[in-house]
Amino acid sequence: MIPNETPITPELVAEHGLKPDEYQRILDLIGREPTVTELGIFSAMWNEHCSYKSSKIWLKTLPTKGPQVVCGPGENAGIVDIGDGQVCVFKMESHNHPSFIEPYQGAATGVGGILRDVFTMGARPVAAMNALRFGDPEHPRTRHLVRGVVAGIGGYGNSFGVPTVGGEVEFHESYNGNILVNAFAAGIADKDAIFYAKATGVGKPIVYLGSKTGRDGIHGATMASAEFGEDAEEKRPTVQVGDPFSEKLLLEACLELMAADAVIAIQDMGAAGLTCSAVEMGAKGDLGVTLDLEHVPCREDAMSAYEMMLSESQERMLMVLKPEREDVARAIFEKWGLDFAVVGETTDTRRFLIRQHGGVMADLPIKELGDEAPEYDRPFMRTDPPAPLAASDVPQPDDYNDALLKIVGAPNMCSRRWVWEQYDHLVMGNTIQRPGGDAAVIRVDEDKLKGLAFCVDVTPRYCRADPFEGGKQAVAEVWRNLTAVGAEPLAITDNLNFGNPERPDIMGQFVGCIEGIGEACRQLDFPVVSGNVSLYNETNGEAILPTPAIAGVGLLTDIDRAATIQFKTGGETLVLIGGQGTHLGQSTYLRECLDREDGAPPPVDLERERANGDFVRQAIRSGTVTACHDMSDGGLAVTLAEMAMAGGIGAVIDMAISPDLHARLFGEDQGRYVISVAAENSDDMLADAARNGIAAEVIGETGGPALRIGSVISVSVETLRHAHESWFPGYMATPD
Amino acid sequence: MIMKARVTVTLKTDVLDPQGKAIHGALATLGFEGVDSVRQGKLIELELDETDRDEAKRKVEAMCEKLLANTVIENYAIDLSN
Amino acid sequence: MKSAIVLFPGTNRERDMAATLKRVTGKAPEIVWHGETRLPEVDLIVLPGGFSYGDYLRCGAIAANSPIMPDVIARANAGTFVLGVCNGFQMLTETGLLPGALMRNANLQFVCRDVHLKVENTQTPFTSAYEPGQVIRVPVAHGDGNYFADEKTLDALEDSGRVVLRYCDEKGALTQTANPNGSQRNIAGILNEAGNVLGLMPHPEDMTDARLGGTDGLGLFESIAAAA
Repeated sequence: MIPNETPITPELVAEHGLKPDEYQRILDLIGREPTVTELGIFSAMWNEHCSYKSSKIWLKTLPTKGPQVVCGPGENAGIVDIGDGQVCVFKMESHNHPSFIEPYQGAATGVGGILRDVFTMGARPVAAMNALRFGDPEHPRTRHLVRGVVAGIGGYGNSFGVPTVGGEVEFHESYNGNILVNAFAAGIADKDAIFYAKATGVGKPIVYLGSKTGRDGIHGATMASAEFGEDAEEKRPTVQVGDPFSEKLLLEACLELMAADAVIAIQDMGAAGLTCSAVEMGAKGDLGVTLDLEHVPCREDAMSAYEMMLSESQERMLMVLKPEREDVARAIFEKWGLDFAVVGETTDTRRFLIRQHGGVMADLPIKELGDEAPEYDRPFMRTDPPAPLAASDVPQPDDYNDALLKIVGAPNMCSRRWVWEQYDHLVMGNTIQRPGGDAAVIRVDEDKLKGLAFCVDVTPRYCRADPFEGGKQAVAEVWRNLTAVGAEPLAITDNLNFGNPERPDIMGQFVGCIEGIGEACRQLDFPVVSGNVSLYNETNGEAILPTPAIAGVGLLTDIDRAATIQFKTGGETLVLIGGQGTHLGQSTYLRECLDREDGAPPPVDLERERANGDFVRQAIRSGTVTACHDMSDGGLAVTLAEMAMAGGIGAVIDMAISPDLHARLFGEDQGRYVISVAAENSDDMLADAARNGIAAEVIGETGGPALRIGSVISVSVETLRHAHESWFPGYMATPD
Repeated sequence: MIMKARVTVTLKTDVLDPQGKAIHGALATLGFEGVDSVRQGKLIELELDETDRDEAKRKVEAMCEKLLANTVIENYAIDLSN
Repeated sequence: MKSAIVLFPGTNRERDMAATLKRVTGKAPEIVWHGETRLPEVDLIVLPGGFSYGDYLRCGAIAANSPIMPDVIARANAGTFVLGVCNGFQMLTETGLLPGALMRNANLQFVCRDVHLKVENTQTPFTSAYEPGQVIRVPVAHGDGNYFADEKTLDALEDSGRVVLRYCDEKGALTQTANPNGSQRNIAGILNEAGNVLGLMPHPEDMTDARLGGTDGLGLFESIAAAA
């Protein structure tokens, strides 16, 4: 027990992550010393995770509007219109630190949290993805973390029954002490049946739904303190354990409840569950909230108010109920075997009042808990962009075959089959394009041709070298990946992972990336509708690479007119859109073949990006494109190799020997695609491109058992596949 | 009066235990030598509102046969305590 | 043909199955809650895939003891066709309608990918639309599909033609690398003695639409529809 009378000492304040000036702000706000429960509530609401205090002023600069946007940032998830009275609800969120401590449960509960964010709004989740970053493969913890995180994501998503259709896995030594686990989920709802967190009406019952509350995940720092008595052992913070079975029941029960017209407002319980969810519902509705804690269903005995308010037990929801529908609502939850308890009511006082056993444990102004949270304009120092690296200053490989095989087999470039075969990517029976392509595609429902495309991307080494260009590039690449399957890009969710924002250089990375993201979003009409910020990802002063992961959603009007990356047959003409490669700075070639990470990243010309993409999308939709792949890490040679491996068909490419051959083959210039067309359509395609001012040139044709590029590359598709498929299973075959 | 029952469920000896095998491999990698075999099972703890030991045993046996163990592949052992 | 899908808490592949049954039979199946005690009059009862009761205790074990199960068993014994896919197969072994057990995959990992299956017996109501020895491609998605039975049981299954489907490579060879989970004798699907109950780990219902990658699973449902 942590009694409410626990004295508030400066140490206790510090252990709650509150700075002295922040504590003074609390004293000024309430005019007295807070109880320990109140201190806990403030620390939960005013921490970086809930309040976005370091990032808010920059997040406000991002474009969030557009004709397709139904709901932008600020709710549980963002919402875009997908036509026919339907919407797509989606968000990405990090679960980095818990996954480093306990990879299986950390990743599993990350998936659980993001799924709840989506179905809280009335949407049935239809797709999940994840962006994972681990330390150096040779680091002693890496293998254990990979195994645990992948199993945890699969363990939760597979059981819940949402297809995990895509994602990213990368290794870099900067993540040795801070892995990244960013989970994405998307759901579909009817536009007229979306549910929000804003409470309305006074005296309405507040209902607790789902699993029981235990002492899971309560504030590590606080709980480690010896000031709470001798029986500290029993109070050690426990890892949150995910229960996908309960979550599946909660999903079905919530959707039934929403269809039964019983819900005024609903909010899932995530970080500091009961506190954040109740405050948000009240504050958004300009109402007060009173909770009587003895009605909260508990899993453990003698939980104090402090513990209940800060518990992070999973699979729970809070709802404001239409009182006349209470019996119907209760029956639904009883049918699914879940807890349903009226734990409080809305009031007109704008106070957050917590009572237990007849005593007042907390009594705080509700608006100020959220709206008056500290907000910082932290000092920042911009990263000086490095000078561009001329191709002539980069040596060519001795052997291009070896270089290509090395790149396609490298830890960051090889097949992720070992990972995604552990995810059920087929459940629900709507997966049109499985993992491994540019973007995953699902159909919206069985009797419609409408589809949704999803992908997630960022190139952190670009972001480190030049945060602004790196931020732009992340958005542009997502836009390009969606385009490459024929989808119209609708909107993004961002998961901004950075180091300590109190360091001006880190803050400079953050600011640069945000500005770049904003610029690309504006130019591409690709707004941000939801997101999450994860700061302080550093260990012993070593920060992670700036990693603003971007996940995008695109709309396909006709899934039968979507493109895939694999070559379909021999004798087709290959067309390069967007010009030859020139840029080797920060390239995969540099990193994998020369062990260098230097130079400037490739700049993104957003106007050309858009023009090239619009042209490719139109060509796909016209039905003339038989395969399409965007160009990214590894450049043209890797793009062609991936198309060949996917289709089991080779290609012959014309390419003269030249001093910049390595830049042509491995350069990572942006805004480019390789497409295949039937030979008889190639002249029309080139003429069409010329009319539209698009750089397009025939580079060769498909066919044969090998990929042949000029006189320098000749490697069989089988050899490529062997190199591409070997590293991951080989690496994971060693015990942890 | 509450009686506690600990039910240990293990795979039958002729059934391959992939989890036990993995643990065995991991122990060897960690340098623990001289482990001849590893079998993984599960432990189920029950609290029974029952005073009669024989009656408790009979009940738990029925539970094992019906649900707690799959006797096609698993054995079970019951340990009762007050 | 009239069909019913039994829904358990944690079932998650009922939509895939319902879509396929509707496509093949022209009629949507009835969805029956596990808490019911009587099934409607149907020609086919499906125990679908998923994680009933979270796969806690053992996969399919708790579902096998749910209120609807006595009627499923009674109907099966009376000759109604029963199809158990994935978690449904696990339930069928837990109820004893089919012999053996499904254990943790040999490599301890969940596996979701297309596999090839050899149709070993086409003289069954579930496989008559296939050619003898035909190799079909359908996905698996499971963590516990490693079929186990004692040697005597296995021999009896083989001798009576009740091993209906086996994992194979694309040419039909029964190799170990083609076996995704370590199942004994590459067994993917088995029949009961009377021939009206089939359990299999792969998901034919997820391969009945060219848009989703193929139609090799259709034959199984067409066979049942023809037999019903």
